[in-house]
Amino acid sequence: MKRIITRRSFIKGAVTAACSIASTSSFARAASALKSGEPIATLLDISKCVGCQECVYACKESNQAKYPKPEKPFPKMYPSTVKAEDWSDKTDVVDRLTPYNWLYIQSATVEIDGESRELTIPRRCMHCQNPPCVKLCPWGSAIQLDNGISRIDSDTCLGGAKCQTVCPWLIPQRQTGVGLYLDLLPAFAGNGVMYKCDRCYNKIAEGEMPACIEACPENVQTIGPRDEILKQAYELAVSMNGYIYGDKENGGTNTFYVSPVPFEKINEVIEKGKGKPHFEAVADTMKTGNNLALSMVVAPVAGVAAAFAKFYATNTNRDDKKNS
Amino acid sequence: MALHEKLITYIYTTIFLFLTITGFAQMPIFKRYHIADIPGLGWLAEFYITHAMHYIFGAVLIGLVAYLLVEQIAAGKHEKRLTKSGYTKGVMLIGLIVTGGLMVFKNLSGTPYSPIIVSILDLTHLAFCMALLFYSTFTLITKKGWVRYPIKDIVTKRIF
Ligand code: SF4
Ligand code: SF4
Ligand code: SF4
Repeated sequence: MKRIITRRSFIKGAVTAACSIASTSSFARAASALKSGEPIATLLDISKCVGCQECVYACKESNQAKYPKPEKPFPKMYPSTVKAEDWSDKTDVVDRLTPYNWLYIQSATVEIDGESRELTIPRRCMHCQNPPCVKLCPWGSAIQLDNGISRIDSDTCLGGAKCQTVCPWLIPQRQTGVGLYLDLLPAFAGNGVMYKCDRCYNKIAEGEMPACIEACPENVQTIGPRDEILKQAYELAVSMNGYIYGDKENGGTNTFYVSPVPFEKINEVIEKGKGKPHFEAVADTMKTGNNLALSMVVAPVAGVAAAFAKFYATNTNRDDKKNS
Repeated sequence: MALHEKLITYIYTTIFLFLTITGFAQMPIFKRYHIADIPGLGWLAEFYITHAMHYIFGAVLIGLVAYLLVEQIAAGKHEKRLTKSGYTKGVMLIGLIVTGGLMVFKNLSGTPYSPIIVSILDLTHLAFCMALLFYSTFTLITKKGWVRYPIKDIVTKRIF
């Protein structure tokens, strides 16, 4: 898909520029919240999105320097069933998530008040509150910042793609031929580096807005402290008689989609598959493990109790024998 | 070997095997090397299953270590003593339990440690595991036991 700058989007751009000057003060307020390091979240008002893809291209432009620069030819990998994943010749793909495209626009034709309408929905990493991609990475290469942002360190990621497998939305995307695995055992372990939205963590650290938020002419996204944004999301949902996705999914995320139609409906009609996340209900993936963690606190107590029980039993046995 | 000791050895070996396998399963290797394609071993590629199993066996190991520690204290060093190799393995086990425990804590919601600490924990846990694996193989081959019985040993030696 090529970017076409239409007159409409040009005018829109000009309007946005004017609006962004007008809303500098609210930006400044959000910025100070972002800088403080407390958990931040975004609210996406789906009803506002016009699908212009300004956000998509802003993300690409802003994060260009972070994109993979793979070395070719790729080292041979064993067993031969291990496939290289190469997106370096398809960097302009924008209709799904790729290592070179961390945000894309999903579309859903739904019925609202008896009228057919096309909803366009920006999709990227949800930034889960307790992200399995981070917590289950065997190397600590996927990291979570105190402000709730999760990102993958491209210097240490080996590209085993476990983060993708454990992510309920299969968000992280792999590029072969880049990263630390090349310096270790490229034939036998690793397969590149995983990439995904990093919430423009570097911009946020400077108190700046993520590129996609800044670029949106319709102000689809609002960013700020999580509790405040969540409150806003609920208020918005009530006002439009709508629905929220992301507040409870996977035990809670830092991304709240608000829609005028139920997400089950949206999920039925969107294109799903590789690099195209669903809108299904998602249970807390870390819950089982974290419930089991309690057993590790109980275990030593049980062990000590068992040892005392045995000690007592042995001694009473001895005493009984002595007395009889 | 007394029945009680046989039972402990049996439990420990089972825990040891499952902890090793489910621990290695935290790395994406069983699928790549088609081990998970072997009928009956598909679960090795299911990260959430092996993760839960690792926790369960981890808890059993902690319970067993606590049990044996108390038993040892109660027995006293004249009756029963850890051998040098037993002591070495014990230190490795404690290392595994401590690093593992800290990682379990990390997996609860929140960011208790910095990314570099998380990586160090991951790698130390793996290093303790490899060390224990190799050393256990060595003690198995050289038939070195975990404990010795000072008094019993003297008595046995004198009589026979
Ligand atoms: S959505 Fe997926 S990639 Fe993003 S934080 Fe959650 S688990 Fe990680
Ligand atoms: S937050 Fe940044 S990295 Fe994430 S989608 Fe928006 S622009 Fe891209
Ligand atoms: S979120 Fe904004 S920038 Fe992105 S497609 Fe929708 S309207 Fe355009």
